[in-house]
Amino acid sequence: MPQIFGRSANTLARASLVGLLLMAGGLIGLLMVLGRSSYVTRAQEFVEQPIQFSHLHHVGDDGIDCRYCHTSVETSSFAGIPPTKTCMNCHSQIWSSAPILEPVRASFREDRPLRWIRVHDLPDFVYFNHSIHLKKGMGCETCHGRVDEMPLMRQENSLLMEWCLDCHRAPEQFVRPRSEVFTMGYRPQVPQSVIGPQLVEEYGIQSLTSCSTCHR
Amino acid sequence: MAVPQKPVEGQLLEGGVPAGRAAPAVIAPGHTFESVTDKISGIVLTKRTPIGWFIGFAVAFAFLMLLNLTIGHLLMTGIGIWGNNVPVGWAFDIINFVWWIGIGHAGTLISAILLLFRQQWRTSINRFAEAMTLFAVACAAMFPLLHTGRPWLAAYWLLPYPNTMGLWPQFRSPLIWDVFAVTTYFTVSLLFWFTGLVPDLATLRDRAQSRAAKVIFGVLSLGWRGSARHWQNYEVAYLLLAGISTPLVLSVHSVVSFDFAVSVLPGWHATIFPPYFVAGAIYSGFAMVMTLAVPLRKFYGLEDFITMRHIHNMTKVMLVTGMIVAYGYGQEAFFAWYSANPYEGYMMLNRMTGPYAPLYWSLIAINAGMIQLFWFRRVRDNVVLLFILSLFVNVGMWLERFIIIVTSLHRDFLPSSWDIYQPTRWDFAMFTGTIGLFLSLFFLFIRFLPAIAIFEMRTIVPEAKLQPEQRG
Repeated sequence: MPQIFGRSANTLARASLVGLLLMAGGLIGLLMVLGRSSYVTRAQEFVEQPIQFSHLHHVGDDGIDCRYCHTSVETSSFAGIPPTKTCMNCHSQIWSSAPILEPVRASFREDRPLRWIRVHDLPDFVYFNHSIHLKKGMGCETCHGRVDEMPLMRQENSLLMEWCLDCHRAPEQFVRPRSEVFTMGYRPQVPQSVIGPQLVEEYGIQSLTSCSTCHR
Repeated sequence: MAVPQKPVEGQLLEGGVPAGRAAPAVIAPGHTFESVTDKISGIVLTKRTPIGWFIGFAVAFAFLMLLNLTIGHLLMTGIGIWGNNVPVGWAFDIINFVWWIGIGHAGTLISAILLLFRQQWRTSINRFAEAMTLFAVACAAMFPLLHTGRPWLAAYWLLPYPNTMGLWPQFRSPLIWDVFAVTTYFTVSLLFWFTGLVPDLATLRDRAQSRAAKVIFGVLSLGWRGSARHWQNYEVAYLLLAGISTPLVLSVHSVVSFDFAVSVLPGWHATIFPPYFVAGAIYSGFAMVMTLAVPLRKFYGLEDFITMRHIHNMTKVMLVTGMIVAYGYGQEAFFAWYSANPYEGYMMLNRMTGPYAPLYWSLIAINAGMIQLFWFRRVRDNVVLLFILSLFVNVGMWLERFIIIVTSLHRDFLPSSWDIYQPTRWDFAMFTGTIGLFLSLFFLFIRFLPAIAIFEMRTIVPEAKLQPEQRG
């Protein structure tokens, strides 16, 4: 009876076992990496806006406070997107005829809001509240990054649930004094390992990780 | 091939037992190594598939398509197509899961425990019983997955892996224990089944005529040449796998019973559940083996291999385990009274006299009453009757799960939440669909793989017994 398989079949069979394991492991690993990559989370991606508004210029160069535009951040779940009138407070006087600002003027003339594209878009089943985070000493920078260095707004972090939980499980690593909440480039004067637990104690911060904290 | 001879009534067999009273042999007399191999491999290697196979497969396949249709509708619409309602959040989805998982247990018991106890009669039925286990577990697994409504998300609900939510499944939940129990069970059963198949696959490879069959069986037989070293490794591996499988016979259905016993619902929160469920599993599993074995031996002429000895033994196992189950029913009723807990008492009263009472009394009639017929040798000798009774046992065990699940849920602690559960046509479509899947797989199995272990059968023919002068 002739042989069905050649001599290489044994090696092939063994190699395919190893290959199968590697492939399965690789595939699982790939899915884990892919799920956290900016390709999926859209982190670090510049978003095309109706006007290429520069936080670098307005915050970094001009030193305008966050709350000048995002007025409701301390009192509401939503930080607030400024109406065109807020832009026109200055831009009716300076750069009042710059071509790049034509959409702003058009919006003001026609009483039609600018359609900004949301950069930090949490899923609809997540209830996030800005005001409580500020009250408990979470800086803007902690989540949004160095906005004063961003010529165009981008999502600094992954916004994955594990990222939220990193802080909810260990708030002492990220908390800062309330007076420093709006500071960009904040450095604690005493080490975070010392000031963190103190502030957690002082502000009565709880490590809230029950499902219904965010998913109601 | 030698014509097998039947022992004559009144003739004295070895040991002076009259042939009429002795237990029938595990293989009909007159078989040789060659006749065994010819017969079993012939079923697979034949060029002419029996017409009955096509008819049976077509029917099973039609139900499989019904399953596909149901799953499609379920995924598009949601589990609202089922009859589940607010107090009865679990119904057919868990009833059928428990039923199928239970059926699988006979395969493992036959292959592992009977092997360790050196029960020769397991040899003829272990292969297809193990296949039955695998197919039953596959059917069972569909229900918990599909009852999530979005099975593609079930990976992170069920499996612990470092997901992007920074969450683990709830390890204190018996549902997660279930995932581990069932996946372990399936993996070990698959390995056990495949390991046992390897020498037979090599036989088929050597006997196959077509090139395709040679290559496929050749790849699957993993280069088996039947050398002494191969046999040595095989025996060690098979025994080890039997050792690993043995605790699974007890553990898997114990864990399934924890789904109920760990909760605090009247009728579920009972310490008797694990042993009672395991006995029920083996009972229903043997009924399914019987349901499959009777037509299999009839249509493929395998009466020489699956003899009356096997039929008798399976009936006796059903009788024993069925009696344990019946004892369980008695204990449930006793403790409902003895606990003096009004909720437990009401649960039992509701089972016996409530809206589902006809189902309760049917299951009692089958699982406690009807099985008493198995005491009689005349019943054990009547294969057609046993086939019908085994179907009844399958129904009875399904009703048991229905009663346990639905009666405890539909009368909640607060009468304001009471409701009646009624399955919809989609519930039945899904259930019969999984039966279609099970039978389709089984039809494919008996057509393309040896349904009886050839090499193991060869160890029980008289030829295999060494004569004194041959021992040297």
